Amino acid sequence: MSERSISVDRPRSLKRFFFQWEWLLVLILIAVNVINSTLSPYYLNFGSLVGSTNSFLDMAFLVLPMTFVIILGNIDISVASTVALSAVVMAVSFNAGAPMPLAVALCLVVGTACGLFNGLIMVKFKELSSVIVTLATMIIFRGIAYVILEDQASGHFPAWYSFLAWGSVRHVPFILMVFAVCAVAFGLLLHKTSFGRKVFAMGNNLTAARYSGIKTDSVVVAVEALTGLMAGFTALFLTSRMGSTRPNVAQGYELSVIAMVVLGGVSTSGGSGRIGGPILAVFIIGYLNYGLGLVNTTANVLLIIVGSLLILSVLVLNLRFGRNRHPAPPGAKMIARGKVPEEKA
Amino acid sequence: MSGEMIKGTARARVIRSGEGFRELGLLVFIAILCVAFQLRNHSFLTLANIKDLLDNTAILGILSVGMTLVLITGGIDLSIGATIALAGMTSALTGMVIPAINPLLSILEGMAVGLVIGSVIGLLVARFNILPIIATLGLMNIVRGATYIESGGAWVSSYQMSDGFKALSTGTTLGVNNLVFIALVIFVLFWYFVNHTKTGRRIYAIGSNPEAADISGIPRRRLLWLVYATMGVLAGLAGVLWVSKFASAQGDTALGYELNVIAACVLGGVSISGGSGKASGLILGVILLGMLNNALPLINVSPFWQQFIQGVVILAAVLTNVAVKRNNIRLALRKRAI
Repeated sequence: MSERSISVDRPRSLKRFFFQWEWLLVLILIAVNVINSTLSPYYLNFGSLVGSTNSFLDMAFLVLPMTFVIILGNIDISVASTVALSAVVMAVSFNAGAPMPLAVALCLVVGTACGLFNGLIMVKFKELSSVIVTLATMIIFRGIAYVILEDQASGHFPAWYSFLAWGSVRHVPFILMVFAVCAVAFGLLLHKTSFGRKVFAMGNNLTAARYSGIKTDSVVVAVEALTGLMAGFTALFLTSRMGSTRPNVAQGYELSVIAMVVLGGVSTSGGSGRIGGPILAVFIIGYLNYGLGLVNTTANVLLIIVGSLLILSVLVLNLRFGRNRHPAPPGAKMIARGKVPEEKA
Repeated sequence: MSGEMIKGTARARVIRSGEGFRELGLLVFIAILCVAFQLRNHSFLTLANIKDLLDNTAILGILSVGMTLVLITGGIDLSIGATIALAGMTSALTGMVIPAINPLLSILEGMAVGLVIGSVIGLLVARFNILPIIATLGLMNIVRGATYIESGGAWVSSYQMSDGFKALSTGTTLGVNNLVFIALVIFVLFWYFVNHTKTGRRIYAIGSNPEAADISGIPRRRLLWLVYATMGVLAGLAGVLWVSKFASAQGDTALGYELNVIAACVLGGVSISGGSGKASGLILGVILLGMLNNALPLINVSPFWQQFIQGVVILAAVLTNVAVKRNNIRLALRKRAI
């Protein structure tokens, strides 16, 4: 009794290894590809599989930081507006005579600034939930984009700029390579650094995290700033793919991004999740979209499929995995039933 | 012991007066805006424009009542824009096939569609413990997709609707526009429900402390279901009225409108973390948002500035709310200091 050891490592076993959410996602991903290849004989080849990624990867840059945000127990619905605002600032500054590299830098700076603004309000006004803060800034950022560009489109970018979304090196799209680098970086940041551990700790128990000396405010601000920066990246690639930008671009992205993160097995109550799940979810939804496009099915079916997948995945997570995810201390349940556990003298 | 109790009531009084202060502040803000708008454009405070403003705000008001109930329980409903579209589209399509259908039946049909959607959400939230934001996000996609499929991507236009159907939103009851009349009835019912019925008070209880509500024997799951089902029914009703008012049913009707509704509730002092929100504040919040929509074009503000101004007003209202609450708590603590 006097010697108690707490093991950080979970016991490793085959059952535990295969009994993971990510394997289910891998199965779904394979199923999607099998269905796609039966739908169209031209689908299943390397060029098509890799080449099609540039049709959906721009949104994927938001999925990475959103995973951090949701693990923190927050939510950020302003990301799509941040994308629109930074894209608009980039296009307008370029057309006002700024050199393209400067415009690109400005795009990333504006994105980061939007994220910082969100983070600072969240930290200074802790009583407010992140939903309401980002709801307000979502309207404001999109509003600023409309003030700047009204209902015009802005484009005429230099030719090399379209390489971002359309270019490829040895048949591998440039955007896929950038995304791979970002995914690895975010994975390492989340799972291999003290910053990542702090994010998990705060998602599990914010008060305990603060009392154990974590500078919780700076973590929140840093995660939000990172989200803004990645929104800037999404703006770069999205604008490059479309060739021009308008204030209403990326409408509804925030909800798709949140859906992907949740489908990836990240708990919306915070504190648990891995970066691999959301990344798999990006490819599942992306290929699903691409395959439905091959057979001329409209995007409406995809809406229904994504919605159903979202609800089903949370349902399964709640029923199957939910019980052991956050084991409550034994006393807590007794208190919840109205019994106070007796103190042992 | 008695001293403690006195201080307790003193604190309660301070906080309660703070809540009253909130509504007073909102009222003063609305009054200042009215004067400012009137100075810029003398047609703002005319009977015709006020009637116009109320007509255009009624649907927002109907929806905000349902959303307030949901927010009080600590939930959120993002699916109502889609529910409006599906309910409106369904009733419009039925009206196209059977032009002689009684408009009241159309309303019932829309409400039934809303009830089904709301019940599913309620079931997911109450029975399967899915976070409301996720459950309603999923349903939003499904319902929006269903709307497009049901209509085949086509619109139902004004000439395909019967006059009786269109008269739903243009006719009057007791001298008031039907929409405004329905919204007023719903507001009165809401006020009575949350203030004077046991079920209404229990909804606050499950919002402010779910565990305590469970322990004291409140049927939390059933009430949660009730709240989402009510929201669905109101969204269905609003859908039919929306289609009747704009005389057009489209796949993307009311896209993103849920955020306007949430904004109106937040402006009206409904807390998004649950447990608080009053009918009086809500009606002021709805009117404030309606005024911003109505008056900014009147005073020649470019339509492209509207969204920005709305966002700033919402953020300012929310932040002021926090500042006032903090001040109240500090005052209360100072009174307790020995």
